[in-house]
Amino acid sequence: MKGYLKREDDFSTRRKHLHNLTDEELKNRFWELAEKLVDPMLDLAKTHTTPSIERSVLLRMGFSSIEAKPLVDGAIDRGLMGKGVGHLVYKISEEKNISIRQAGEEMIEGNHWDTLIEIFKGGKK
Amino acid sequence: MKKLIPTEKMDIREILSDLENYRPKRRGWTWRKKVKNLKMGAFEFTDCSEPLKNSIGIPASRYFDNLDPQPAEVITTEIASGRFEDDIRRMRMAAWHGADHLMVIRTAGQSHFDGLIEGTPQGIGGVPITRKQVRAQRKACDLIEEEVGRPINYHSYVSGVAGPDVAVMFAEEGVNGAHQDPQYNVLYRNINMIRSFIDAAESKKIMGWAEMAQIDGAHNANATARDAWKVMPELMVQHGLNSIFSYKSGIKKENICLSTVPPTAAPAPSMKFDLPYAVALRDLFTEYKMRAQMNTKYITSSSREATVTHVMNMMISRLTSADIQSTITPDEGRNVPWHVYNIEACDTAKQTLVGLDGLLEMVEVRKDGYLPKMVRELKERAVLYLEEMMETGGYFEAVEKGFFVDSGNYPEKNGDGIGRKKDGGVGAGRVFTRDEDYMAPVTGHFGNNNIDQYGATNPADLIGGCTFEDPDKIVYIDELDDVDNVNVRMAENEEYRSTSKIKPEVEWLADGTVQIELFLPTSQRVAEFAAIEFAKKMNLTNPEVIHSEVMHISEGTRVQVKGKVEFDLDLNSLVIPPEPEVMSDDEIRELVEKYDMKIVAGTVGEDEHSVGLREVIDIKHGGVEKFGMEVEYLGTSVPCEKLIDAAVELNADVVLASTIISHDDVHYKNMKKLHELAIEKGIRDKIIICAGGTQVTPEIARKNGMDEGFSKNDRGVNVASFLVKRKKEMMAGK
Repeated sequence: MKGYLKREDDFSTRRKHLHNLTDEELKNRFWELAEKLVDPMLDLAKTHTTPSIERSVLLRMGFSSIEAKPLVDGAIDRGLMGKGVGHLVYKISEEKNISIRQAGEEMIEGNHWDTLIEIFKGGKK
Repeated sequence: MKKLIPTEKMDIREILSDLENYRPKRRGWTWRKKVKNLKMGAFEFTDCSEPLKNSIGIPASRYFDNLDPQPAEVITTEIASGRFEDDIRRMRMAAWHGADHLMVIRTAGQSHFDGLIEGTPQGIGGVPITRKQVRAQRKACDLIEEEVGRPINYHSYVSGVAGPDVAVMFAEEGVNGAHQDPQYNVLYRNINMIRSFIDAAESKKIMGWAEMAQIDGAHNANATARDAWKVMPELMVQHGLNSIFSYKSGIKKENICLSTVPPTAAPAPSMKFDLPYAVALRDLFTEYKMRAQMNTKYITSSSREATVTHVMNMMISRLTSADIQSTITPDEGRNVPWHVYNIEACDTAKQTLVGLDGLLEMVEVRKDGYLPKMVRELKERAVLYLEEMMETGGYFEAVEKGFFVDSGNYPEKNGDGIGRKKDGGVGAGRVFTRDEDYMAPVTGHFGNNNIDQYGATNPADLIGGCTFEDPDKIVYIDELDDVDNVNVRMAENEEYRSTSKIKPEVEWLADGTVQIELFLPTSQRVAEFAAIEFAKKMNLTNPEVIHSEVMHISEGTRVQVKGKVEFDLDLNSLVIPPEPEVMSDDEIRELVEKYDMKIVAGTVGEDEHSVGLREVIDIKHGGVEKFGMEVEYLGTSVPCEKLIDAAVELNADVVLASTIISHDDVHYKNMKKLHELAIEKGIRDKIIICAGGTQVTPEIARKNGMDEGFSKNDRGVNVASFLVKRKKEMMAGK
């Protein structure tokens, strides 16, 4: 089978250290542990991004779902995801003095990516 | 926008028009407004909320002047037909029956779709959740909530590999609630766990900005585990992890709802498990909200049984607490989402919660003995679970080792959990480290966002506001598929929308589906096959057994079959007699007081039937006596002569003759005889003579000398209304 652990119910011995806790203390212990378990995952979320997060940023910047996809793919292909795809569009709009939409549309057509690689020194592959 | 008119159907085309420019009225979740000591009708309610402007009460409300009190809990209905344009009509029906949380299930497979789906394709087991579909339904809900007079919470799912995309679209479109729980992605959709949690933080942050209520996915462990009552410690752990993760991602605790489900069902002694579990949860999650789901693990195709489970589950809601009361349609176990069962489930919730109004003013949950002992044990088992997860190295490691959905009562383990690999599953390897200068110029973004490099304090300021501040920036896509869309579907059944033709319906307009119920005096398997043949001979196409129950292994079986009728009906071909006039009880009583009505009644001829007439007379059945009319009942097989003689002797105002036997038109012959005898005795112009019976047609009764005839649908109130009306006319010399 899957090789996961099998174990008889050892609740009565395992619980010994909880026995003397008040209900309030037990509740606090539950939440302390829950928090400790999710904190590393929240840290991961703070320091990482994904294609769907970047698409959601582009949606909020006024691009459609159809436009968001090639922009994210373009950033992945060029190792620029770590900068944020919305950031890339913003940068071109600033550099070229064009609107956010125009910058994105031109990037979808394949333009400006070399400029971005130059600005961000190639990013990380 | 044109307001809805209760007597008119919603115009779906009107809802679909100009969607490009539609903006939702509001954002955020709305709770019902509880009213302390609400007075309605003859009663005072303890646990109810503001009444509705327009609604339909449970069937028994007709005995209480259509009283329709609304429980304090938000009531959910889940809608999942695959065609959003038909779901809109169901939403309106559900809202009239008291639902204010309309949960739209999404189509099978959408959680693996990497991006938003656009347009209005048809779905399976739900609808593809697209911007157009969501906008149309939110627009419809905006109209419906005005019609019923209470805000409607519109809800769907933020999960899968496009969670953040969907969350943004929901925030933009005014969706009020959503399921969001990365554990669901990991365990049941095999989406990579790292990706799931990173996406979830962003999704939750967005939902927090939009003030959406969030419901978790823990109940799925109950529905999946082999022995559902043993996963209680794990359920508490799953609720705990998602709740605290959500709070730390940006959702307020009061908008975080636990999807709690009573873990077991009869024939288990379910309360012994379900009540301690419910109490333990409410002890631990004091700051969070409870969405009381019903048990679906042990649901079968019996709608009666599902309804009883639902009621037992709501007993727990009343004994503990619930903020949202869910209703699973009692046909969930048959996988046929009928309109009527959505409504039935809403009615079940309303009936039960109102019936149990004020329960905790009379009984209390015990604080000693079995219950608190079990509550404590459950909490300790949950804490032990978390401790071992920590020792194992954290959440991801615990999932890899098959901790979750194990069928053992933790710390017991059966080694049959669902395990996932950290680097496996859909979307694995699609996670990228944010560089120091990572930036996203939008509102509601979670995590590191270096906007300092551009001197900004608010990220969206960098682009002059994002779609959350400026909805005009949203790009609306109408349709992408020329064939699979709402316009094509609506054109196909247009004649049932815009002509006088109709067809029976279960989930989609004019789908032609009907259900028939048979009892066949044979064994189960034989009965099921025989039932299909009966259905075919009734000209039903695609007949299918949806439920069967053994009454006795050889004496008989109950079978429910669904099938389709291939014909329709033109409403213009119907001849419908005008509705009989019925006065209010008070009006009738007032006139009876004035005219002092005395009635002589009996079943005429050689006829021993008595039930129908007794129902029309007896106060117990709502008969004419209840209005103060005095009745001299002469019994059955009364000769016409005796009836008329008695009328003369007692100086009666009315003769009521019941006549059931209709062989050789004897019922009409007797009417004629009564009429002629009354003339003979010289009382016809002073007395009202009426006849009633199952085969009596009012028109023919009048032709045979009666003042009025009553048939099988007439009750005491119909008869009484006519009598006082006629009496009034006679007094006026007409």
